[in-house]
Amino acid sequence: MLGRILHLLIKEFLQLRRDKSARFRLLIPPIVQMVLFGYAATFEVFNVSTVILDQDRSQESRALEEAFLRSSRFALAAPARRVADVRDAVEASDAQVGIVIPAGFAELLRKGQTAPLQVLVDGTNSNSALIALGYVGQIAGDFGQGYARNLAERTGRLQGKPIVSVDVAERYWYNPNLNSRWFFVPGVIGTLTLITIVNLTAFAIVREREVGTLEQILVTPIRPVEFIIGKTLPFFLIGLLEVSIVAGVGMAWFRVPFRGNPLVLLLGTCLFLLAALAIGLLISTICRTQQQAFSSNFFVLNPLFILSGFSFPIASMPPVLQWLTYVDPLRYYLMIIRATFLKGVGLETLWPQMLALAAIAAVLLAAAVLRFRKSLD
Amino acid sequence: MKLRRIQAIAVKEALQIVRDPRSLMIALLVPLMQMVIFGYGVNLDIRHIPLCVLDHENGQQSRNLVARFAASNYFSLRHAAGSDREVTRALDDGDCGIALVIPADFSQRLNDGGQATVQALLDGTDSNTANIAAGYAKSVVAAFSATAQLDAVQRRGGTLQTQTPVGVQARVWFNEALESRNFIVPGIVALVMAIVGTQLTSLTIAREWERGTMELLVSTPVHPMELMIGKLLPYFAVGLADAAICLGLAVFWFEVPFHGTVVTLLFTSSLFLTVVLCIGYLVSVAIRSQVGASQVALLATMLPTTLLSGFSFPIEQMPAAVQGATFLVSARYYVEILKAVFLKGAGVMELAVPILCLALYAAVVVVLAARAFRKTLD
Repeated sequence: MLGRILHLLIKEFLQLRRDKSARFRLLIPPIVQMVLFGYAATFEVFNVSTVILDQDRSQESRALEEAFLRSSRFALAAPARRVADVRDAVEASDAQVGIVIPAGFAELLRKGQTAPLQVLVDGTNSNSALIALGYVGQIAGDFGQGYARNLAERTGRLQGKPIVSVDVAERYWYNPNLNSRWFFVPGVIGTLTLITIVNLTAFAIVREREVGTLEQILVTPIRPVEFIIGKTLPFFLIGLLEVSIVAGVGMAWFRVPFRGNPLVLLLGTCLFLLAALAIGLLISTICRTQQQAFSSNFFVLNPLFILSGFSFPIASMPPVLQWLTYVDPLRYYLMIIRATFLKGVGLETLWPQMLALAAIAAVLLAAAVLRFRKSLD
Repeated sequence: MKLRRIQAIAVKEALQIVRDPRSLMIALLVPLMQMVIFGYGVNLDIRHIPLCVLDHENGQQSRNLVARFAASNYFSLRHAAGSDREVTRALDDGDCGIALVIPADFSQRLNDGGQATVQALLDGTDSNTANIAAGYAKSVVAAFSATAQLDAVQRRGGTLQTQTPVGVQARVWFNEALESRNFIVPGIVALVMAIVGTQLTSLTIAREWERGTMELLVSTPVHPMELMIGKLLPYFAVGLADAAICLGLAVFWFEVPFHGTVVTLLFTSSLFLTVVLCIGYLVSVAIRSQVGASQVALLATMLPTTLLSGFSFPIEQMPAAVQGATFLVSARYYVEILKAVFLKGAGVMELAVPILCLALYAAVVVVLAARAFRKTLD
């Protein structure tokens, strides 16, 4: 049995070796994509283009304006003289945020009343808008609190008693500087691998069938299981290689820390690759032509990607989709890969994910072998 | 260039599409399913962040604070931890995204009129969620703080200096409710069309090579340009049907406000479709095996359109070099157009720049694709 598998394996590798563009395709694009996407995937909000109109022209309004610009969250995009300028800038997308400090701002502050600050936000990208608004609120809030405290101390309204207040001391675990690359780079590793492996495997058997070489192989004494093993083992090895290369780029280039046990990641990767291979095999046994296999790949890969929690939080999805995420192997692999990279946890924490991956792989592989046998008669 | 030859090729290609109903069905069903999964699944509105509480005091005030967290839409209380170890475990497992630690002297400090601090431990792995969660936590605590202050002052019989010296009056344009669906769904239309469009044509020529029909094609008097137009026309029809499905779902199912005109939409969508079909064709000509063509088409469409088109990640926040790369992603222009047409009601004049870019893009890929095809067999 081993001999026959080995022969098939050698044949597959020979085929790969002869295809020079295949070697290129399998190595260069993932590296380039890793670097590109590592930079592209970020929800961070810095230097939001902003117009500020100061109608009050007081010491207070200037201090507030300075607080905005000092924060590095907002960057002055264009000067504004009238309210219409602010509106035009946001409308023409020259600025994402427009801030108007109305006349009488300082007077209200001094009287201890709430001084209004008008903010105009382009909501087209709701996530950026939401975060930018959060920063406006924080900066205005801090400024106001500081002013109020200052005023209270100067006017002696506190009579020696401190203001009652509750603070939050927030600490970010695993990623103290909230570097979004640490979150996305492991995600890109998993996604790139999934796309490559499912696609390669899906084409493997369909191609033999379409070209007509499947019959030739089937008249040899090889058994279906041996055939499948021999066909998929090369892709398994390619998958391992791709994960190592892409992960290496992520660590060396983006300095994403690896805190866990490499063996745990290896185990997770193997289980994930088995599941990916099984998906490809299933597609391969269902489709008649490569064209069909290709469309099926899209049909399957995209939802797997979206439902994995790559960037869109699973907790925010409607319940039906949340259930669907439980059959998505990428979901578990992303948890494993992020946890081993950033959290440094081991099997004692990740065993449920490992089990889920193993179960998915086992069910899909069994289905693929059964379907393959049936498609032979 | 002869119309009859183009027609002949187009008819042959159309026949091939019709004879493979499975592929055709997939071509029409994929956009439908993708739109639904994306439309519901791609949601950046962050709600119900799992919260775990370690209340060292368990007094009236601390319970009030926890109740405020539980009552807010942003957090959902998962469990109360009994020890630091349980908090660590919950964060390690990913069972909670934020853990609130309330000190034992919380009420006492408040009653003494002093300052109390609660600790918020956030899972920074998902930096975006952590960032927004921290903001929510601050606003919940600030509201609690304001009430506590009011209580304290009233007990002393004093009057209160206003809690919010600066009141932010925010107005949001183009997407008043800040619903991420309204900006994401138009982006999904672009994504689905880029993927389906490229996929439709990326195997057309590779298939001829593998099936050995290329020899036949080469021996006919057909001109490369005629071949290209003939091959692409039927897929253009399929692509338009896909576009109609996607755009229809966006407007009628997801109820994204549509402020623009159908004509602008149709015109720009056809332009974009031309680009993606030609890219697929180019891939097909350049790479002779179907596996290879599919690999390149997948890598060239799926992640780039998701990550580099501005559909989910803001382009302004990328480093300059990557921003430069986004100009090569045709979906970038289409996403910009779709968002502006849907949310701002922009017309052709306002969109002149992205439309021209897209047209230029189309011209380049059409020429490249037509020239890439050589009628030789080596």
